[in-house]
Amino acid sequence: MTTNAPTGAIAPNVEQPAPGAPNNWRRFFSFSTDHKVIGIQYIVTAFLFFLIGGLFAMIMRGELITPDADLVDRTVYNALFTMHGTVMLFMWTFPVLNGLANYLVPLMIGARDMAFPRLNAIAFWMVPVFGIILMSSFLVPGGPAQAGWWSYPPVSLQNPGGNLVNGQFLWLVAVALSGVSSIMGAVNIVTTIIKMRAPGMGFFRMPAFVWTVLSAQMIQLFGLPALTAGAVMLLFDLTTGTSFFDPIKGGSPVLYQHFFWFYSHPAVYVIILPVFGIFSEVFPVYARKPLFGYKVVAVSSLIITGLSAIVWVHHMFASGTPGWMRMLFMFSTMLISVPTGIKVFAWVATVWGGKLRLTTPMLFALGGLVMFVFSGITGIMLAAVPFDIHVNNTYFVVGHFHYVIYGATVMGVYAAIYHWFPKMTGRMYYEGLGKLHFALTFIGANLNFFPMHPLGLQGMPRRVASYDPEFAFWNVIASLGGFLLGMSTLPFILNMVSSWVQGKPAPDNPWRAIGLEWLVSSPPPTENFEELPNVIAEPYGYGKDEPLVSNASAMIGTELAPTPSP
Amino acid sequence: MESSVESQTMNSQVVDGAAIAHTAHEHDEAANSMFGFIVFLLSESVIFLSFFVGYTVYKTNAVNWLPDGVSGLEVREPLINTLVLVSSSFVIYVAERFLHKDNLWGFRAFWLLTMAMGSFFLYGQAVEWRSLEFGFTSGVFGGTFYLLTGFHGLHVLTGVLLQTLMLGRSFIPGNYDNGEFGVAATSLFWHFVDVIWIILFVLIYVWQ
Repeated sequence: MTTNAPTGAIAPNVEQPAPGAPNNWRRFFSFSTDHKVIGIQYIVTAFLFFLIGGLFAMIMRGELITPDADLVDRTVYNALFTMHGTVMLFMWTFPVLNGLANYLVPLMIGARDMAFPRLNAIAFWMVPVFGIILMSSFLVPGGPAQAGWWSYPPVSLQNPGGNLVNGQFLWLVAVALSGVSSIMGAVNIVTTIIKMRAPGMGFFRMPAFVWTVLSAQMIQLFGLPALTAGAVMLLFDLTTGTSFFDPIKGGSPVLYQHFFWFYSHPAVYVIILPVFGIFSEVFPVYARKPLFGYKVVAVSSLIITGLSAIVWVHHMFASGTPGWMRMLFMFSTMLISVPTGIKVFAWVATVWGGKLRLTTPMLFALGGLVMFVFSGITGIMLAAVPFDIHVNNTYFVVGHFHYVIYGATVMGVYAAIYHWFPKMTGRMYYEGLGKLHFALTFIGANLNFFPMHPLGLQGMPRRVASYDPEFAFWNVIASLGGFLLGMSTLPFILNMVSSWVQGKPAPDNPWRAIGLEWLVSSPPPTENFEELPNVIAEPYGYGKDEPLVSNASAMIGTELAPTPSP
Repeated sequence: MESSVESQTMNSQVVDGAAIAHTAHEHDEAANSMFGFIVFLLSESVIFLSFFVGYTVYKTNAVNWLPDGVSGLEVREPLINTLVLVSSSFVIYVAERFLHKDNLWGFRAFWLLTMAMGSFFLYGQAVEWRSLEFGFTSGVFGGTFYLLTGFHGLHVLTGVLLQTLMLGRSFIPGNYDNGEFGVAATSLFWHFVDVIWIILFVLIYVWQ
């Protein structure tokens, strides 16, 4: 952190005082309104919570390496899986993807900053606040919430300690604050994309990542309020003794499930859509080909947004749901595989016959795509009502969504971090460490999550600290994979920290990529552009000899403008 | 099509790229704020929609909807309240028209009248709450009644507070030189609160 080497001396092409360099790291602890600082704040904060959530997972895998509950107490185990899910979703995936959107969207659409920079900073600073509130539940009597990340009543209404401030209470407060922060972010990002695009940047000239972020944030706007409504009612049930979800007093626990899944299923698309965008950005660069079917890929994001609102009951096939409803939601759930399949097809067609460069981001994107296809197949299986009821509440479901959320999402996020690391920091990362990180992650994730499928088919229930010895074989393998995944973060952290401090200075466009963010310096100056870019072409013009903007030299404000199209 | 877009933007670049970009940036801010505020209100309306759907599900599935000893809700006073709140939407519109014509005192008079009507609504709501023989924990009926009216009342209170702020700011010289976003947004919020109440009134008081 206290490097004396001024980056300007090493990198003569960087005229700015290198705003991405670690030597003025203090601004990352300030109330900065620069979207690039906020983006990095989001990413680093989220990664710290990722490590905490991963620690919870490794304790659980340690417990499950033997059939008996011998490592931790059963109530501690309940708290661990509840906190693991909550931290990974609300404190890792949402914030890290918000961080990437914050950093990249204004650069990609040619804006100087987000539409509401102060709101942006407030939304970010709420993340550590509700993170600390959630973590503080380890200190209250009775410990953290134990009802799982979905907090179904009546389990979540139990309060044996009788304290007003209990783990479940703090969980609800943290999730409500997370919702407020996400709504602020969504209003900001949607307004930025609709209103702040550079001259010539029509909707069908936006990079696919911007399309997916727009689609994802629209889901936040229509879905999150439903969870907020349910959480408010649950909070009243828990604290003041109302009877909204208490079946003994005439309430309806199933209604809570509707409120919860009306948001929390679409929330999966909030997570996966930006990752689709990352895949769509990464594959063309390292295959040297335009994104196949760009417009169809862009529009299919919006179709996913629309369909995501009418599939939530597939989480409730076993909740006494009537037959007609099961049929309807089975159909709508399977329908969503059409726009998703279009995207997979487009990525494969993009990579097909390309001049592949297997850099770390490309490896992560390819690995993520493979694991996403696997999770898509198990997803179609789970959409079928008879199969879903058979494996309901087993490890098959856990395996499926870990392939989505780790296999596709975390791998995609890693791909994005490596791909844009030179842009964000002005430094190159170490390719060897990156490839080691990929190998450990890919092997670890498959070792950890594949065994959950046979375990689920054999009937092992989820959320239990002990199990029948017949399940031991696959559990040992899964645990070894889990520990490997824990280890895989070490080369990543080493790579990121050492590269940022003393990595090779990065040129403006190390990957010869096409996009507005690659036309400005690495890291980009404050306010990004000397003059707003004037966009004259569709994105992904690989193999075409056409410029992306008409004013490249004025835009970056130097005489030595690089050629706009590599 | 593309060439026309291109030439249009090229022309603006010819004048003075940096100056155009800068003024466009300043100029957009009020429009961006209004757009963002509308997006926020659309999102906020989903919370109310969730509560309304929840209320409907509870009511249509309930075995004993009303708590023991409660025969229904009195409609007369809430109806007066409704009329006051709905009329205030027209009053705030008149206030906005006065501001457009730069008639500040006309604006302040009608703005103050809106605030008075909003406060009357809150007072009427409080009087009604105190006269009721059931509470927040009296089954799902009591819970949803107080949840819906309370959550809406919180929005009315927010509206009146925003109106107070805007009234105070109207005395700052040159307050409207950079547009009237604050007044326009407060007014839009007031219409929103009004429409929500109409749905709420029909659901709770008319459909008994």
